Amino acid sequence: MATFESHFPPMPSRTHEACGPSAHVFAYAFAGQVSRAKGNSVLWVREAWNSVQLNPLGFETYLDPQQLLVAQAPSHIDVLASAEEALRSGRVALVVMELSQSVGLTEGRRLQLAAQQGGSMGLCILPEGMGSNAAQTRWRCTPVFDPQEQADSTLQKWEIIKNKSGTLREWHVKWDAQTRRINVVSTTAQR
Amino acid sequence: MRKRVVSMWFPRLPSDRVLRARAQVAANDNRPFVLTRHEKNTDRIYCLNRAAEAQGLHRGMGVSDARAYCPDLQSQPADPRADARFLQMLARWSKRYCPWVGLDGADGVMLNIAGSAHLFGGEAAMLDDMRHRLARGGLNVRIAAADTRGAAWALTRYGRSAQDDIRTLPVAALRLEAKTDTALQRLGLRKISDLLDLPRATIARRFGPDVLLRLDQAMGAQDEVITPLGEAQHYGARITLPEPIGLAADVMAGTERLLRRLCDKLKEQDMGARRLQLTLRRVDQGAQQVELRLAAPMRDAARILPLFERGVSAVDAGFGIDQLRLEATQVEPLLPVQITTTTAARPDGLDDLITRLGNRIGLENVQRFLPADSHIPERSFQIAPAAYSTAQGAWSRHRPRPLKLFPPEPIAGTGARPPARFRWRRMALTTGRSTGPERIAPEWWLPDEAWRSGVRDYWHVETREGRRLWLFYTPQSPAWFVHGEFA
Repeated sequence: MATFESHFPPMPSRTHEACGPSAHVFAYAFAGQVSRAKGNSVLWVREAWNSVQLNPLGFETYLDPQQLLVAQAPSHIDVLASAEEALRSGRVALVVMELSQSVGLTEGRRLQLAAQQGGSMGLCILPEGMGSNAAQTRWRCTPVFDPQEQADSTLQKWEIIKNKSGTLREWHVKWDAQTRRINVVSTTAQR
Repeated sequence: MRKRVVSMWFPRLPSDRVLRARAQVAANDNRPFVLTRHEKNTDRIYCLNRAAEAQGLHRGMGVSDARAYCPDLQSQPADPRADARFLQMLARWSKRYCPWVGLDGADGVMLNIAGSAHLFGGEAAMLDDMRHRLARGGLNVRIAAADTRGAAWALTRYGRSAQDDIRTLPVAALRLEAKTDTALQRLGLRKISDLLDLPRATIARRFGPDVLLRLDQAMGAQDEVITPLGEAQHYGARITLPEPIGLAADVMAGTERLLRRLCDKLKEQDMGARRLQLTLRRVDQGAQQVELRLAAPMRDAARILPLFERGVSAVDAGFGIDQLRLEATQVEPLLPVQITTTTAARPDGLDDLITRLGNRIGLENVQRFLPADSHIPERSFQIAPAAYSTAQGAWSRHRPRPLKLFPPEPIAGTGARPPARFRWRRMALTTGRSTGPERIAPEWWLPDEAWRSGVRDYWHVETREGRRLWLFYTPQSPAWFVHGEFA
């Protein structure tokens, strides 16, 4: 039986996709885990017009802000080109692409090949329903209200909605700030 | 060794510069020409050639008056900066005579030729050589040699021949202010010898120490230095090819040769290149430029070369390229660093990646976060270009902060407690649990338009639909806003 640990972090040297309101949490948790494992930086490529500000004090619990480089690319094509270059160089542990348009099959495949060549991982954050067929896995991440707890919670639902080499699964997960890892919560426990 | 100073004075430097650049105009062209400058609301003559002076024009004259005298007058606006550059160039050229060359005002060059005159066959032969070469270059020049700087200056400006005795020159040759000069003239002191005959104390009492200082400098009693020009390092290399090339691989091979030479030069000076410019000259005289901005100062040819690939592949070679020129247009000191067990090795590959990305999207657009000391959420971190900063900082937060921050988006709500139901981004949301308030006051010492509404009470609101939002309420002008989103 495949556990959560065998699915997350997802397969190395591939590009993956994440969508949904909590895709950023997925990206930071993923980035933190591979960055700590490899001791490498993480590159976050986004379009320059995007007015949503990444907040280092917010993601500091997931990923050391010293390890994050942000590239502000002028257009969609430049995001993909910069990401491909970074993936191919293999100098960063993970390249996160924040995109607002869908990725074509050609571009998706090129990213996949670049990731294989450079031995680094890629993650596209996309609006829902805009994924590319070339992605290895696609995750949908949605926050879930947790009526049980008193303090603020990070409960959310992570689903694999596309998987090239495995089945589709879903988990309810929670961030453990003490041990800096994702914990799986059994669905019955939260009822 | 006894000092021997040569002064070169270019009385018509600005107009000579312009006239010699006009290739079609011969040096013996006798048409009047003036350079004009707009001052005090009118165009005035700034500099003029000999032919114009012969027509009765002079400096400072209005250009419209000058045209009335001389209808075929040619004129052009003056460019004092270009003149200064030209003088620098002349000073650099003068280093062929001796190493100690300094500028003298805006139109002169001073050389200390002590010990180098014999290389040109004696002082007289050297001065003749200077005159000959400068005249061939189309420059009006007066050259004189003397034992002191002051005397050399006086002889070029006021001497009838280079062998004049300085004592017979007028007092103005002492580099005095116009007012002092007039006062001396009024007292009947016309020549320097008149001044020398007077007791020193009376001169000092009447005119201050300045006149005596200048007198001593001219006579050699007081030393005066010539400030030599600094040696401007030039980090460049070029290669001219017998046959034009056009293949990208060939251009890269040429670039590699240049890079090796350039990097050797940089290494000698302990410098690293920050910005490189490769100029490819084509056979049709067109030039193509490839600029490379590096994320860190570098002088490793093997690492820089692959970074040129993208730029070189985009060049249009046309009928072929026959000259390559590589120049480090911006350099920074790059000292050898001791590697110890405690200093972490800087990951070199990351700098190369930043360079590659920077050349595609702009080096300022590859950024990193640096900590800043502020309670204001937007100012609690800084964004700095990664190429010009190092990762640092202790990141710590006392209270949870959202992952995303956006410009405040207003929602409907009243009262100091978060609304039970609200609409945000066309979603109907119900408050499940709210934590707060956390009051953040604006920083009054930094004016910020967004914080004009006064203090804010921040609430961490978990909605039943799942979204966890960061809301704030402004008690001083009651309204609710969404400022960020948590996990």
